[in-house]
Amino acid sequence: MPTIDSALVFQISLILVVFFALQISAAVLVYLERKIAGWAQQRVGPNRVGPLGLLQPLADIVKLIFKEELRPKAADTWLFYLAPILSATTAFAAFAVIPFGPPTTLFGLLDRPVPLQVADLNVAVLVVFAITSMGVYGIVLAGWASNSKYSLLGGLRSSAQMISYELAYGMSLASVLVIANTLSLRDIVDQQAGVWWVAGFLPVPQWYVFLAPVACFIFFVAGIAETNRAPFDFPEAEQELVAGYHTEYSSMSFALFFLAEYVNMVTASAVTVSLFLGGFYMPFLPDWLGPLWFLMKLAVLLFIYIWLRWTLPRYRYDQLMDFGWKRLLPISIVNLLVTAAGVLYWS
Amino acid sequence: MTPITLNHYLLLSAVLFSIGTAGIFLRRNLITLLLSVEIMLNAVNLTFVAVGRFNGSVEGQIITFFVMTVAAAEAAVGLAIVIALFRHRETLTPDAFTSLKW
Amino acid sequence: MTPWLFYLFATITVLCSLAVIGQRNPMHSVLLLIGSFIALAGLYVGLDSPFVAVTQIVVYAGAIMVLFLFVVMLLNAPREDVAPGAQVPIPGGIKAFGSVLAVGMAATLLWALSKLVSTPFTQDAQAGARVASVRDIGIMIFRDHAFAFEVTSILILVAMVGAVVLAKKTV
Repeated sequence: MPTIDSALVFQISLILVVFFALQISAAVLVYLERKIAGWAQQRVGPNRVGPLGLLQPLADIVKLIFKEELRPKAADTWLFYLAPILSATTAFAAFAVIPFGPPTTLFGLLDRPVPLQVADLNVAVLVVFAITSMGVYGIVLAGWASNSKYSLLGGLRSSAQMISYELAYGMSLASVLVIANTLSLRDIVDQQAGVWWVAGFLPVPQWYVFLAPVACFIFFVAGIAETNRAPFDFPEAEQELVAGYHTEYSSMSFALFFLAEYVNMVTASAVTVSLFLGGFYMPFLPDWLGPLWFLMKLAVLLFIYIWLRWTLPRYRYDQLMDFGWKRLLPISIVNLLVTAAGVLYWS
Repeated sequence: MTPITLNHYLLLSAVLFSIGTAGIFLRRNLITLLLSVEIMLNAVNLTFVAVGRFNGSVEGQIITFFVMTVAAAEAAVGLAIVIALFRHRETLTPDAFTSLKW
Repeated sequence: MTPWLFYLFATITVLCSLAVIGQRNPMHSVLLLIGSFIALAGLYVGLDSPFVAVTQIVVYAGAIMVLFLFVVMLLNAPREDVAPGAQVPIPGGIKAFGSVLAVGMAATLLWALSKLVSTPFTQDAQAGARVASVRDIGIMIFRDHAFAFEVTSILILVAMVGAVVLAKKTV
């Protein structure tokens, strides 16, 4: 009888847990988005399907599954179906390197502690960056393959926007790397455990957001642009482009884009939490509850995402480019220089 | 299966380089020509990294970064030229750009 | 690197590259090349060079190829066979010359490869770790190769200005 490697079983179940957790989080976010939108606009929001409208996402999914799958006659068949798959895959893949809990033996179930992270890489930060940069292809391909003017405009906008904001994204990432002196996300999170005592009595968590507030802000803003959320939702801009890159999509392929958008939000927030907000560490609170603290921080960031969408109007396209190239990028470069000088001075 | 040796990588690199070269000669589309150049540059990169790993030094990887930078510069200028040419002739066929021949 | 992974990635790379030059839709060519680059990144991981692998995806697949894609979409580049002027036949003399060159190059490559000794990679983990260290790469670039690094940055700057000037509408 072959022996089953408990670590391998754990690894596989970890992958499945993360996969389904991300899918469920997307469903929950759809519900929360509509509820918060309702509050922001002094409406009730979904309240018909199930108690408090809680089954609304389920109803949405059932509706999407039973819709007819439409494809424009002149569309490029292969790319038309590849695009949503690519979009969803990259959204899920980036979460693989994010640590969401300390090493655990699952209350003695395993013979040695296993980190709560799908893959611990020594270049994890760059892997996140690489997968994010692949995410643009899903949208660009959808825009091109649909063979419709609105979709094409959405795709073009998306590629220009992603390239522009990736620079500020990378630059603010670099200032964290300069401070942390490592490329491993787990090490970066581990360095943020504990507290500083300011003036002897005021405890401040050792989170990088306090060391590099500007980098954190730029990273968050560029992250919103990378995930194509309002006020940077140009690729879909309903009032200008009908629905942008997914104008021609229906049924499950549309659902995949929908899923990808929310999972991207979760992943971008998770990266921000790991880099700047101490990941799964909470000062004075037990580490073994790490996943809980991680989820709480994630929830706060996701709420800000949704809040921003229903508060801010969309930029104009030239304003977007101006903001990315003339504001965000110079600030992030100067910030990187200042951070590097500070690290040189104090280390 | 026999273990993978340096030769495997070099052979693969040679095949890729030949594919790139063939693309330069066979295609008649400016964009595909530029893509073929990228294939050749990547074949060379693979050689550098493989030999660097074989010698146990990071120099092979470093030169790869320089090659990538040059490739980025080449792509930017090359595509700008393609756009400028397309504005004049509305085609990407290299045979159409003959004005400098006489 | 386990042999079957090498053969898997090598096959993907070669097939994708062949398909890039083998068909006429520039959009598909660009996408297939991205596939080829990702498989190459896999090969780099097998060579204990994760940093190069990730850079390959970020820079090549994520930035340079987006540029290509952008241009193909912007020009709405026609397929090669329908492009006007594409039907000009290639003169026979040029064809013969090209064939001779191709055979010559294949012969040279085969000869060079036959001269190689087939030495397997060192198996000790220490060599792998030495090559994989991002810190060492950084130190080498910014200390030993600082001049080359600065020259490359000037090259990039020149290329950027050149690209803007060339692609501008009003000259």
